[in-house]
Amino acid sequence: MSRFLIKPELPYCKGCGHHLIVRNTVKALEALGASPLDVVLVTDIGCHGIVDGNFATHTVHGLHGRSVALAAGIAMGLPPEKKVIVYIGDGGATIGLQHILEAARMNVDLTVVVHNNMLYGMTGGQPSGLTPTGFRTVLTPQGYPLPHHDLPRLVLDAGAPFAARVVGLGDFSDVLRQALEVEGFALVEVLEICVSYGVKMNPDLGLRPDAQTGLGGANPGPRLRELARETGYEPGVWTGPTRPAFRPARRETASLLDMPPVLPKHSSPLAGRMTLILAGSAGEGVQQAAELLAQAAIAAGLYATKKSMYPVTVGVGFSTAEIVLSRSPIFYHGVSEPDVMVVTSADGLENQRKRIDQMRGGILWLDASLPVPETGAEVRITDFRGRAGARNAALYALLTILRATGVVPPEAFLEAVAESPIGRHIDPSRW
Amino acid sequence: MNETRSYPVLVDGSRLIAEACVRAGADAYVGYPITPASLIFFYASRRFPIALPAPDEITALQWMAGLSAAGHLPVSATSFPGFALMVESVNMAYMMELPMLVILVQRLGPATGSATAGAQGDLFLLNGLMSGGYPLPVFCISDLEDCWLLPPVALQTAVDLRTPVVLLTSKEMVMTQESFDLARLAEIEPVHRTFYDGPGPYCTYDPGDGLVPPFLPVGNDQHQVRLNASTHDRCGIIQHTSDESMANTRRLPAKVESRTPVLYSLDEQEGAQTLVVTWDITSGAAREAVAALRAQGVPVSLLIPRTLLPLPAVYLETVDRYPRVVIAEENHQGQLAHLLFGRRIPPHVRLVTAIGRMIRPDEIAREVVR
Repeated sequence: MSRFLIKPELPYCKGCGHHLIVRNTVKALEALGASPLDVVLVTDIGCHGIVDGNFATHTVHGLHGRSVALAAGIAMGLPPEKKVIVYIGDGGATIGLQHILEAARMNVDLTVVVHNNMLYGMTGGQPSGLTPTGFRTVLTPQGYPLPHHDLPRLVLDAGAPFAARVVGLGDFSDVLRQALEVEGFALVEVLEICVSYGVKMNPDLGLRPDAQTGLGGANPGPRLRELARETGYEPGVWTGPTRPAFRPARRETASLLDMPPVLPKHSSPLAGRMTLILAGSAGEGVQQAAELLAQAAIAAGLYATKKSMYPVTVGVGFSTAEIVLSRSPIFYHGVSEPDVMVVTSADGLENQRKRIDQMRGGILWLDASLPVPETGAEVRITDFRGRAGARNAALYALLTILRATGVVPPEAFLEAVAESPIGRHIDPSRW
Repeated sequence: MNETRSYPVLVDGSRLIAEACVRAGADAYVGYPITPASLIFFYASRRFPIALPAPDEITALQWMAGLSAAGHLPVSATSFPGFALMVESVNMAYMMELPMLVILVQRLGPATGSATAGAQGDLFLLNGLMSGGYPLPVFCISDLEDCWLLPPVALQTAVDLRTPVVLLTSKEMVMTQESFDLARLAEIEPVHRTFYDGPGPYCTYDPGDGLVPPFLPVGNDQHQVRLNASTHDRCGIIQHTSDESMANTRRLPAKVESRTPVLYSLDEQEGAQTLVVTWDITSGAAREAVAALRAQGVPVSLLIPRTLLPLPAVYLETVDRYPRVVIAEENHQGQLAHLLFGRRIPPHVRLVTAIGRMIRPDEIAREVVR
């Protein structure tokens, strides 16, 4: 018995081609001189997947259709000398086609062996994406009406360096050995017939298993080969351009907390809490201006929070920031009725119209280009956009408010701007 | 970081979570972008030793399971639409007993809902996540300090219990920038992890005298490792419903029930007749409400669970001691309230709920003094 098997009796139906896939896999591994613990066999759901208990390799039995993704994770996590093999059926390959294409595109170091018996065997003989036209299944007794996927062509198109299709008869271990030798993604599609459903539903094919050998039919080779040819399943070995297998390298990275402290160099007259909403348009620096205000507030010895709101299309429409400044720690950072509402564009006005309408007090700072909305707030109109340009209207608006109220010293804000990336391009103190 | 001097910065929870994960020993991040979890993905991509962008969330969880099987400690963050795709694979990892951390950032549902609106709507989902009703450890962040403290706890639990763990949070918790003193952050001890080094044969699911089997990665040179998502015996061989396999399946909830750390804060005030219970983002509003009430001379106590699931018995014992309980959470029906009291909420329990906005401190305070 092979050192790769701990039990020679395989758990498959008599005559099932899965026997031959196991025998040929074992022969290929022996030809490679591999050791069982250098091999991880990942099996999908399906009859092929109950073979784990026979293998002396590491074995992983996962979900239906997901085994290639699971195996990709294993291969990406192991050193290159380990061989990761996937056993998957035509049903699993149909479910997990994207996983197969993705692993091929990435060139993950895997050998995928597709047990293509042209239908879902374990669940009762339903057609899969690899069922060929005209093939009869339990659900399509008149013959399957659609064409099948061409897996080798798909994976080669996706970038696999190796793909093969073999008729599952006799010794095809050399093709499996070639696949296992590839450093990167390799797929071998093995054509078989399900002795329970495929043979039964397609009696005209003469694929009855041989009573003595249990393998194929009395003379199955020509018939299975013929069926493969008739249905467009041409056997072959194909190679694509070789490239390094994908292996994520471990990186050295820097702490995310290596950020400069915002030291309290200024002071603020704020005794309690102030809430401010800054509403403008995407691309006009609203979020950055709000963040700089929060930093300036910290530099003035206050606690600060800043939230952002914008539509899912980040680059267009409104952009709104909610800021809370406080003398004492802030636990709740929501803003319902703001003390200060700053609107620098029509998008911002539209976004905050309801809240502006509900303001019973506070101050509304409004760009001069905008219509004055209904509100209980005191309205102050300033030409933010005209003075600083649309791109800097939000920044200028906050500076204007700080100059008028002193809640945070304007110098703290100007310093925050100067120390930020935009400080190299603009000097708001000139406004 | 200097422990004596303050180190004020403007920071968001996502940054603290990503940094805390790496310091605790998580070495691989598998991400798929989704609002409001994308900020964690952004930071993780800069910080984790291995960071992989996955093509979808099913792949993300499968890659994580593979990496975990190979001995890594993987993390991902997502929100409901992505988490929904992960559910079968989380069940797989639970059955295979693979440590990993999934950070679930709640947003407003159902379905795609509002990607940029916060919510606390996924507790029911997590409570019934496993087919069979088995518990998954779920911890929940209630402030920026938790963003630092809970990832290491969650990762250690994942390793100690050999299980996926969910760290629950929500949009406003991980995306709001707040002034914060980095000097308050304690050093993080890397997760303590050992691999099986005994004699063979190694049986992947043999817990010995305990409830958690020692871990050994696939691909190791010492012993064969068998992982199995189907019902299996203690050696990982598929079984139907044998006594051994059923004992193995019963062990899964037993280990989670008995060994998940119970973390919460209970701030009880002398003479208080009312207990406020809250979690996640509403904790901030509750803290302010409680502080305001106490300032007015109204005694009130506050319970903030950090271990949400399996629901610790101490929460039930605590709520039983109060004649009035106010439960505040940002969802439609009061999900924690239902876990504590069932569908029939008793009259002495008042719910403060909201969807599409944060609950305000005054709403909680009003219910306390009603």
